[in-house]
Amino acid sequence: MKNHDNHISSDSLNWTVLVVLLILTTISILAIKLHLGAFTVALALILASIKVTIVLTYFMHLKFENMLLRLMVGGVFLLFAIVIAITFIDYYFR
Amino acid sequence: MSLTEHSEHIDSDTGKMGMWLFLFTELFLFGGLFIVYAVMRSKYANDFHHAALELNAFVGATNTVVLLVSSMTVAMSLTAIQQKRSGKAIGLILITLILAGVFMVNKYFEWGHKFGLHLYPGSDVMKTMPHGEIMFFGLYFMMTGLHALHVIIGGILLTIIMIRINSGKINSEHYLLQENGALYWHLVDLIWIFLFPLLYLIT
Repeated sequence: MKNHDNHISSDSLNWTVLVVLLILTTISILAIKLHLGAFTVALALILASIKVTIVLTYFMHLKFENMLLRLMVGGVFLLFAIVIAITFIDYYFR
Repeated sequence: MSLTEHSEHIDSDTGKMGMWLFLFTELFLFGGLFIVYAVMRSKYANDFHHAALELNAFVGATNTVVLLVSSMTVAMSLTAIQQKRSGKAIGLILITLILAGVFMVNKYFEWGHKFGLHLYPGSDVMKTMPHGEIMFFGLYFMMTGLHALHVIIGGILLTIIMIRINSGKINSEHYLLQENGALYWHLVDLIWIFLFPLLYLIT
């Protein structure tokens, strides 16, 4: 099978995604200076998760993949996020 | 479809799914380290605070930008190959490789600086440190080292892809290897997106 049925992302989309990612990086660097205590970690992880979701969706083309692959990747990342979040919450609020 | 054609049948969907399954194992490899980090940070909050101040957030931020841009150039090179522009695709992969080089040079100076201060696992200075700080630096070297290894492997993979585009083996009809190589490179970026705030930003 040839790859001909694939979606082609335009360069302008890729540039837009990069700009959004750089803005989010700047926000996460500035947010650290707010000294939010225990929530600093939470905020950093939430911002990182948003960035990861954007990379997965656009750079890794998940938006344009078939439903099976999307569910598979979404499911695994969700499971991963839940395990990490529960561990962090568990240890932070003991 | 003739028999010879059939034997060369490459199912791009299955090929990509295989790559994703491999990426999941990578995710859990780093995931284990993230969990160790979470537990140790709560156990030794003060030590982690002091040790994290030792890291240079500027170097970390620079490398974040470098990797984000390289992720874009890889994505763009895939677009280029789909549009039958193999010259542009090769150029963009070349830029990605240069950025990977910049990342590694940064890492070299960063680690070199730490080694100069005798901050490495098992050093005399490290032995006198509180337990939590030893843990932090252990995790720092383990996580960034494992990540750097992935950058090197990704660089080799992209070099092979570049050669194959040049020889025409990867073209606008068959580019599964390039897609999978790009996925691998994005994963390297994804892991760094988490490593950067956890190690460099949070103190």
